[in-house]
Amino acid sequence: MREKVVEATVRALQRAETSLPNWVLQRIEEAAARESHPVARHHLQFMLENVSIARTKGLPLCQDTGLAIFHVQMGRDLSLDFSLSEAIAQGVRIATKEVPLRPNAVHPQTRKNRGDNTGPGMPDVILDYVDGKGLQLTAFPKGAGSENMSLVGMLNPADDPFDFILKSVAERAANACPPLFLGIGLGGSFDLAARLAKRALLNMPGSSEEELALLERINSLGIGPMGLGGDTTALGIKIEKAFCHTASLPVAINFQCWANRSATEVIQ
Amino acid sequence: MTEYHLRAPLSDEEVEKLVAGDVVFLSGPVFTARDKAHALMRQVGSPVSLQGAALYHCGPLIKDDRVLSAGPTTSGRMARYTEEILRLGVKAIIGKGGLPAEPFLSKAVYLAYPGGCGAAAAQQLRVLRVHLQELGMAESIWEFEARELGPMIVAIDAHGRDLYREVKRSAQRQEPD
Repeated sequence: MREKVVEATVRALQRAETSLPNWVLQRIEEAAARESHPVARHHLQFMLENVSIARTKGLPLCQDTGLAIFHVQMGRDLSLDFSLSEAIAQGVRIATKEVPLRPNAVHPQTRKNRGDNTGPGMPDVILDYVDGKGLQLTAFPKGAGSENMSLVGMLNPADDPFDFILKSVAERAANACPPLFLGIGLGGSFDLAARLAKRALLNMPGSSEEELALLERINSLGIGPMGLGGDTTALGIKIEKAFCHTASLPVAINFQCWANRSATEVIQ
Repeated sequence: MTEYHLRAPLSDEEVEKLVAGDVVFLSGPVFTARDKAHALMRQVGSPVSLQGAALYHCGPLIKDDRVLSAGPTTSGRMARYTEEILRLGVKAIIGKGGLPAEPFLSKAVYLAYPGGCGAAAAQQLRVLRVHLQELGMAESIWEFEARELGPMIVAIDAHGRDLYREVKRSAQRQEPD
């Protein structure tokens, strides 16, 4: 079983780095067909061309192959006699050589790089328990350009969280490789809001009236692909909510670039 | 919106004729530099001549001297070094997300390469040599030979125009107070 997890990790990373999920590709294609701004249209078309080069040549579509983040859904009836995170870490080390991945993980102060994308706390494994005895592993490599623009705001309950989101996106979008996917965490505590925002990215795309209305407001900002103007600033928004303290209104925004990479492997 | 096919090193005249919104394809030598290389150049100077150079904010993915993926990184992190980098003679900074425009006035241009398009960029670049290799793959100064690197948009020109600022200002006009 351990060997299966290691191999699934390598396969998931290989696929996540060199292709995009179909629904993501479809959103970019639709945006390219709709876009009225010529520079923006060229950017979207070039992004599609890049994805096609990456897929046919087996190359990472972005040189920022990201931080190793995984979402694992593990069956309650499954018992493992090994460390899941250590098995995933081994897969990351192999993928770093084989895909290959750029060595990105460094110590936060010394900035020392082990060269294999692992270290204390890395990979980050988000674990959920589900019915059954299977194991599903999703690689979600996260680039720094978009992650660096992410933020948590501890708002006054009298504030409008959507105004805060709009202002933050207008200020930060250009650096996060738009058109964006936005994971929003609304409520909870300081850290729960951030966790909800990350989960929102994993549960993308949203389709509620509230999510679609926010998407439309963000696109009306006109920031466009790469911040150079256009109709397409975001391609998807998902909001995850939790109850919060009566005196608080935490809002987290996890930015994700247009290259919304992920790949899932199922282990029986 | 004019399309230019230029070759580095760039002259003042070539920089002068570029206007925000123009499209550039660049051939010739291109030097990568990001966080650590900039910090080190501030301390001990540049290991290469940057007269007329195109400086690429990029931390490429390289294997056995082959460029696998090499799109732009966020330029904003290097903003604090712009003036001294331009003093070294750099005529074009390539990146994504933009930089404060003032230092570019009458000196240089900022070219935006589409972010996340590393596989496409890799088809347009090959390794000539590497400097400051001790900084690691992403942070070294890679000297590339570019063949029609582009399409790049002139996002900041030498005449004071800055497309990022224009877009951001127009977005802020639509925001709630």
